[in-house]
Amino acid sequence: MSRFQFPPSIRSRPVYGTLEPRRGTAHLMVADAEGAEALLDLARAAPEMMAKAHVLYIPAAEGNDLADRLRATGPAQFYVGPSYAASVSRLRKALADAHMGLQIYLAGTEGLIGQAMQEAMSAGYPASAIQTEHRGSVARRVQCVHCKGVTENVSVTPFVCSHCGLNLFVRDHYSRRIAAFQGVCVDAEDPGDVPAQEGLYQ
Amino acid sequence: MSAGTKKIDVTVTEVVEVNDLVKRFRFERSDGAEMPTFSGGAHTVVEMKDGGITRLNPYSLMSDPRDRSAFMISVRRDEQGRGGSLFMHREVKVGDRMVLSYPVNLFSLDLRAKKHLMIAGGIGITPFLAQIKQLEGMNGHFELHYSVRTAALGSYTEELKAHYPDRVHVYHDDQGEAIALGDLLDGQPLGTHLYVCGPKGMIEWVCRTAEERGWPAEAVHYEEFLAPQSGKPFSVTLAKTGKVIPVGEHQSMLEALEAAGVDAPYLCRGGACGQCETDVVSHDGAFVHRDHWLTDDQKACGNKIMPCVSRFEGRSLVIDR
Ligand code: FES
Repeated sequence: MSRFQFPPSIRSRPVYGTLEPRRGTAHLMVADAEGAEALLDLARAAPEMMAKAHVLYIPAAEGNDLADRLRATGPAQFYVGPSYAASVSRLRKALADAHMGLQIYLAGTEGLIGQAMQEAMSAGYPASAIQTEHRGSVARRVQCVHCKGVTENVSVTPFVCSHCGLNLFVRDHYSRRIAAFQGVCVDAEDPGDVPAQEGLYQ
Repeated sequence: MSAGTKKIDVTVTEVVEVNDLVKRFRFERSDGAEMPTFSGGAHTVVEMKDGGITRLNPYSLMSDPRDRSAFMISVRRDEQGRGGSLFMHREVKVGDRMVLSYPVNLFSLDLRAKKHLMIAGGIGITPFLAQIKQLEGMNGHFELHYSVRTAALGSYTEELKAHYPDRVHVYHDDQGEAIALGDLLDGQPLGTHLYVCGPKGMIEWVCRTAEERGWPAEAVHYEEFLAPQSGKPFSVTLAKTGKVIPVGEHQSMLEALEAAGVDAPYLCRGGACGQCETDVVSHDGAFVHRDHWLTDDQKACGNKIMPCVSRFEGRSLVIDR
């Protein structure tokens, strides 16, 4: 199952939509893992768009690699990267060379969507004009509010900060500027009194 | 109290004929204090005592926002208008005392933009003059494309070209020059915001073209003040007091409410800001909606009206005031 219906939450928590084709002079599409399915749906809805599309895809470490199917949609430029960190320079270059009239589509995990959105925003593109669609894992990027270290791929709460070792409770409070949810020490008052760990959205 | 309608007593300290159609006015505070600050794109509402009637017309501030000594506006003479611009041209002299509102900005720069692309038509140049000064002070990146009827009627073209030879492009209608809009828009770097001020047709053309080329609405800004238009006289009833107020042929409903002593809210007086939105309690007749504020659905519903520019034709109109 690649689609997950997030329950309503505080305003700070990002919400995602469904990608739809929009008129534009060029199209930049960024996806990771099962986010590729959202791009495939988009290409099916508007195949002609792909001739003006630049697709950046980061397959999951394990699981389905949808790169071949994405390539088959015939994007003008197609790039497959091993990780977001390895692909971000390509994304920055694409944004730096782009002109107004570009449409931006982001699909996949929250970490991918948030970080790519942060790049587009710092390129001056209005955040609310960027289309997003969540697919796949509900794991999050979490910043420890104490040491500021970011832990990737957090799927349980509380968890141990990979930088400072505190027990962090994962909040829905999100920062667009750093593209991460906030993790707050759960046992500050009573060190060692840590609630049982549970999966996010379980 | 009407929001944004705090007043400033000023004295006219300079009247300059810019060309055959445009005059520039400089206002300084009568008490010698500093003017309030504003940001580029802001307007002020000028109060004109014209015989028995008080006219309140909005004009964009064109002076340098960093200059606290005075406000400056430029007024284009409109022979067809209801008389505000003619009053400014004919009656206002150096030394006159006048009243201005505090500035309000409905057309501000989005300072997150990497570049500001400005498109002006005719007297629509005025808000850009202040914005350009503001950007100059902060090393902002801008480009202006300015369309005028003829060289003689092009206000401030010479100054602009002399100061910013690489960033200002002037087009003369009478020489068949036109902005190559499609190419211009396609060539803008990501992060550009687009601003347009000018005649209605120009604003529509620019907004439509930008949309067709994939520009997000968030990056497109425009300002069009509608002048209230004359129409058939009608009357409006206030639900709270039952008072019936006649609206004359050359008066807006907002002006009629004010003349009757009602403290009705407003900011732009031009159908753009939404401040004057008024609930309709009942009506028997047809609305003449002219604003840019209400959605088409709201207009069709008939339970709201913008008294600054919209009118009514029919037997009765009761509003929630
Ligand atoms: S006063 Fe601004 S819309 Fe009426």
